[in-house]
Amino acid sequence: MEIKILSTGGCANCKKMEQLVLEVLKETKTAAEVIKVTEIKEIMSFGVMSTPCLVINNKVKIAGKLPAKNTIKEFIMSEDA
Amino acid sequence: MWQAFVDYLVYQVMGLSPQSHLGSALDFFIYDTVKIFLMLAVIIFLVSIIRSFFPPERTRKILSGKREVKVDTGDGTGAVTVETESSLREFLGNVLAALLGIVTPFCSCSAVPVFIGFVESGVPLGVTFSFLISSPMVNEVALIMLWGMFGWKIAAIYISTGVIVAIIGGIIIGRLKLEHQVEDYVYNIKMGENELVKLTWKERVDYAWGYVQDILKKVWLYVLIGIAIGGFMHGYAPADFLVRYAGKDNLFAVPLAVAIGVPLYSNAAGIIPIVNVLMEKGMALGTVLAFMMAVTALSLPEMIILRKVLKPKLIGIFIGIMTVTIIFVGYLFNAIMA
Repeated sequence: MEIKILSTGGCANCKKMEQLVLEVLKETKTAAEVIKVTEIKEIMSFGVMSTPCLVINNKVKIAGKLPAKNTIKEFIMSEDA
Repeated sequence: MWQAFVDYLVYQVMGLSPQSHLGSALDFFIYDTVKIFLMLAVIIFLVSIIRSFFPPERTRKILSGKREVKVDTGDGTGAVTVETESSLREFLGNVLAALLGIVTPFCSCSAVPVFIGFVESGVPLGVTFSFLISSPMVNEVALIMLWGMFGWKIAAIYISTGVIVAIIGGIIIGRLKLEHQVEDYVYNIKMGENELVKLTWKERVDYAWGYVQDILKKVWLYVLIGIAIGGFMHGYAPADFLVRYAGKDNLFAVPLAVAIGVPLYSNAAGIIPIVNVLMEKGMALGTVLAFMMAVTALSLPEMIILRKVLKPKLIGIFIGIMTVTIIFVGYLFNAIMA
């Protein structure tokens, strides 16, 4: 599984999202490659304009807000299945 | 009712005199803190529910003016969906952008992708600026604080003036034909397609509640400090303290208020309680409005972020237009209220 976190840098929610994703992966013992995308061109290529944004296997899961940890877990589990 | 309870608490239970500095300062502090926090929680929740219907991606679609129209091909194969290429006209587009700026959730960290997204979808530069001006200026925290401390009339004046400033600022920038003052790479970015996810009501409520917590966590300290300073001045400073310096007869008050407001960016939450007392002590309404607008709309960090997409000249023009318009608003209201 490939997880991308789209972030324009700096913002607190973007860092928090990365941290939550890593926690969920650890807890569920899921193997995934986590990539932080900060290049604006690549962020826009996903068709989103608000960050932080979570992309799993090239599918936009959520944009512009920090989801609850459980929501992230559901995203990851449903892609993993 | 709440005022009566606080009066009872401070003047009866604690035994302080309403005429004493300490009594009147403490009464003011307790009354305002609880009122403002309640208003923040309730109103931000409602505003967030409305906002969940207007993600920036949808606003972009509306402003681009492209509509999907079903056209009958006429050869019997039925209708096909085509995107029309009508970009919104000047005035109408600016009005719409300024209004959408109020309801679209926007944080300065998304300013760059939002700007590029708008430009990419053919939203005219001036219309994009109307959005960029109104979105931070008419922000919910400033609004609630104004409503809670100054009453709904001043809050309404602030919103309408803010929207008008955004419309005018956008139209001027549009007329100046500054498209070449946007960083060149912006025009080379192609935005991907992404279906807007339809949210359930539960998701909207979760989002709104999360947002309330976010904002409260961010502003509670500023609000407390602001109200504490306000309470102190309310209790201790003489009533006509500022009439000479910030009253409507001092012509320098407006530009000075704007100059002081610029470095206080994004601290609307803490500043409004103080401004409320400043007005009580003699600051003129126009000066207050100009000050508030400088605090919310002329923020240095946002200019630094926008520098990534705008060339220095356009940043300069933007700041110049905003400064002049805000100062004009200040003088105008001081003249009207005289």
